[in-house]
Amino acid sequence: MYIIVIGGGIVGYPLCRALLSEGHEVLVIEKDAKRCDYLEDNLGSVCIRGDGCEAATLEEAGTARADIFVATTTRDEDNLMACQVAKYKFKVAQTIALVNDPVNEELFRKLGVDYTVSVVTHLLEPIKEEIPTGSLTHLLSLRDEGMEVVEVRIPQDSKAVKKPVRELALPPDCILALVIRKEQKPQVPTLDTVLEAGDRVIALTRGEDEAALRDVFIGS
Amino acid sequence: MNVIIVGCGRVGAQLAALLDAEGHKVTVLDIDTSSFERLPSSFGGTSLLGDGTNQKVLKKAGIEGADAFVAVTQEDNCNVMAAQVAKHIFSVRKVVCRIYDPLRKDVYDALGLEAISPTTVFAQLLKEKLEPEAESAS
Repeated sequence: MYIIVIGGGIVGYPLCRALLSEGHEVLVIEKDAKRCDYLEDNLGSVCIRGDGCEAATLEEAGTARADIFVATTTRDEDNLMACQVAKYKFKVAQTIALVNDPVNEELFRKLGVDYTVSVVTHLLEPIKEEIPTGSLTHLLSLRDEGMEVVEVRIPQDSKAVKKPVRELALPPDCILALVIRKEQKPQVPTLDTVLEAGDRVIALTRGEDEAALRDVFIGS
Repeated sequence: MNVIIVGCGRVGAQLAALLDAEGHKVTVLDIDTSSFERLPSSFGGTSLLGDGTNQKVLKKAGIEGADAFVAVTQEDNCNVMAAQVAKHIFSVRKVVCRIYDPLRKDVYDALGLEAISPTTVFAQLLKEKLEPEAESAS
């Protein structure tokens, strides 16, 4: 695979190192001359100095034959622009952007970036899990299907406690995939599975039904 | 007309003043309050501190009722991003942005953006200024 990485900073550098160790052909485009020297010293001749949003620089980098294009700078507008130039001018099949401000994730996808990664969103997940307000934890987005895989912990005062699955007013298309109970093997719930406080339920739901699903398990 | 201008530099401030003087409702955004000093004392529009690529800030600026949107910050990429937010998220009818670098024009065309490159416009102007002399000399 030929992978182009924009920005050789705190994300770009270890990313390149990991990709190189997996045997991929990697090129990193970095604006800062000193940083370029550092990258060359540590990774070999895999770096060109330039602006990763510049069509001329991307041309020189052979972007048209790249399989994957990843923008990892600390500026969202630069990451968006770089991915858009790669996608619309050089027809790169897979563009991936680091999103520094999580509010931009949805925007980037709407504007044609194939995949977005928000560090802040990922950091928030384990934090939310620790907070007892009982929000849904996002485990995975099935973007093409518009579905989310979520985890929810059933609180003591939930109206779902002691109820079998068949009595829950689940939103349409919602699938309960697993029920994880303390000191027991995770089980695939049936319509007769009776839920208990403290159960962790892994469910598949449409993005727009999240609030309804939350109410089923967390509402009292 | 209800206009939002992102970037209160020399161009943004002058455009804001011109439109305001013509009676349009103008809101100008910048991330630096000192930029608003460029606005004339007669300016009757709104100046708002904030990032013009941020949807919350744009809502506060009243983008949902805007007829036109102009992005003229110093940063090409900011202008392109702000313009796309205005066009594709808030469906503003008229969106124009400034791009210093003319090389990426085909990309903006692909994105459906109306971009003006001062570099190209000014070079063309200079060329036209020089042409009559060149002709008379030949």
